[in-house]
Amino acid sequence: MIVTSGLTKRYGTLLVVDGVDLDVREGDRYGFLGPNGSGKTTVVRMLLGLVYASSGTIEVLGRPVPKQVSAVLPRIGALVEAPGAYGHLSGRANLATIDAAGSPWPGRRRDRRRRIGEALDRVGLGGIDDRPVRKYSLGMRQRLGLAAALLRSPRLLILDEPTNGLDPRGIHEVRTLLAELNSAGTTVFMSSHQLSEVEQLCTRVGVIDRGRLVLQDDLAVLRGPTGRVVVHTADADRAVAVLGSRIAERDGDRLIVADADPAGVNAQLTAAGLRITEIWPERRSLEELVLSVTTGSSDRFDGADRARRPPAASGPAPIALGGTALGDGTAESGDLAAAGARAADGDTAVEAAEVTAAGETAATGDAAAGSGEPAAGR
Amino acid sequence: MIGVELVKLARRPRSWVTIALLCGLPIVVAVFVAVTHVAPPPGQGPALLSAVLSNGSLFPAAALAVVLPIFLPVSVAVVAGDAVAGEASSGMLRYLLARPVGRTRLLVAKLIALVTFVLVAVLAVAGTSYIAGRLLFGDKPVAVGTSGITTNVIANSLSGTSLTPADILVRTAGAVTFITVSMLGVGAIALFLSTLTDSALAAALGALAALITSGVLVALNSAAAISPYLPTRYWLSWVDFFRQPILWRPIEQGYAIQGVYVVVFLAAAWANFATKDITS
Repeated sequence: MIVTSGLTKRYGTLLVVDGVDLDVREGDRYGFLGPNGSGKTTVVRMLLGLVYASSGTIEVLGRPVPKQVSAVLPRIGALVEAPGAYGHLSGRANLATIDAAGSPWPGRRRDRRRRIGEALDRVGLGGIDDRPVRKYSLGMRQRLGLAAALLRSPRLLILDEPTNGLDPRGIHEVRTLLAELNSAGTTVFMSSHQLSEVEQLCTRVGVIDRGRLVLQDDLAVLRGPTGRVVVHTADADRAVAVLGSRIAERDGDRLIVADADPAGVNAQLTAAGLRITEIWPERRSLEELVLSVTTGSSDRFDGADRARRPPAASGPAPIALGGTALGDGTAESGDLAAAGARAADGDTAVEAAEVTAAGETAATGDAAAGSGEPAAGR
Repeated sequence: MIGVELVKLARRPRSWVTIALLCGLPIVVAVFVAVTHVAPPPGQGPALLSAVLSNGSLFPAAALAVVLPIFLPVSVAVVAGDAVAGEASSGMLRYLLARPVGRTRLLVAKLIALVTFVLVAVLAVAGTSYIAGRLLFGDKPVAVGTSGITTNVIANSLSGTSLTPADILVRTAGAVTFITVSMLGVGAIALFLSTLTDSALAAALGALAALITSGVLVALNSAAAISPYLPTRYWLSWVDFFRQPILWRPIEQGYAIQGVYVVVFLAAAWANFATKDITS
């Protein structure tokens, strides 16, 4: 659906996007992740023919962009950064204006009213009155922007930060909506710096950092088991004795065992009469992965220029986060920057991930899929 | 897309407020002149105003002379400056282009909406002031001479020829057309600036700055060498429609210079907009 090769954008001497090779396949729910200012939006704009690439090629729906972009765009629904609207018109009038603009396609005028109604229903604005858009809340504008993207039943949705400004319920609704559209055959390409959002919705992720695509793979592969087991036990000392050299790390009651088989470890410990509170196979969380391959928020300016971290191998080796200071801790929950700050404060990366996952569970009212969560509790 | 732009223009309260203001100023002037019967002496004040006391049918031309120096160019610059930059600052530009609306098509639609606005504004001024003029001043016959009505009517010069109402209509139509084209010159400059910046205000002010510069230089004797090429040089030449015989030379030069400005700035606007990265 989207294939780019060597996509590069320079503004003067500033390299904003550097040799990005995206590969979004039909039916994907693709999460395009990156810290603020990493080039996400510029890539999205290039896909839509708004910004012209300095070099490299783009193919969307099998056609070259920007050369044949006018043939491609009618089948794409797009939301680029903030939604746009004419403040003095009502939501419906805005959608009618945006639908009337653009290249004609069969029957667009005839069923316009119906399509506008459907799009508004889908985003939860079905009962909206005639108030002008300037009186809308941020969340309502965001929903209206999504409705505009859905007007023509697109085959491909390109959404830049689609849940910006929505409350937890709104975020959940949008996620459900996107999952529904995707199962009905729409490919979803979504950029975000909200890790939890991508983790809960997407099947495939690409991570961009300082203009370079540092990671691109199926989420299931990325989040495979690390070959270790995490055990919480009230009898940690005895457990260490039982498991011996297989103990990889210990932190109070919490043990990390270098063993790929949780059931075996469990059996061995219970056979020795130990009380096990929780036990689960360790998985890498998306957050660890992203933090390991990105270098930090470009909206942060420290005195010393930090060295660039090498991209991580996508193998199962655990990633030590160390004390690298990322972000400023004032960003919202789930933000890369905030997560970085937590990771720096916490004892281990896994704990930092847990904190974030738990925080998000509370915030979204939704089961977080973060890997730091105990499996035994389920 | 053209229809969409026209509807957008028509649904925008600002368009109508601007036109109402444009029509309002000449009416205020007309009321004062009619009540006091003190018209500016011939050759001073807005062109033709001294003539209207004897014939209200000339008031549309006088009304255009009232709004031409500032009001009309300001409103045209505001509408044209808003054309692309306004879409950019409201965030709609990227959504329109992603619909997709071709960039050239969008610019053409904006231009047609602009022409429509200018024409409607000028015609509205002419129409309302015609009614106001007839009601306030009546319609005695008008005499014109080679030096124009401004000096001849009040003096009721013997050399003057009487203008029939049809004559006045034709000459006013000529003036309306000429002023519309002059305003398109302003519009083209503002439209070009509108593609350069994301701020509608900056584009409008930029165009006005260009006009003021031009106005200063036109009045400056030492800049006489470049004066024929300045956009405002022939702005007032529409008055020559009201001479007998009509003085065609400045009118033709005015059309030519505005044509050059319109073509050059529209081409520049197109070249810039069609190749620009839309980052708004």
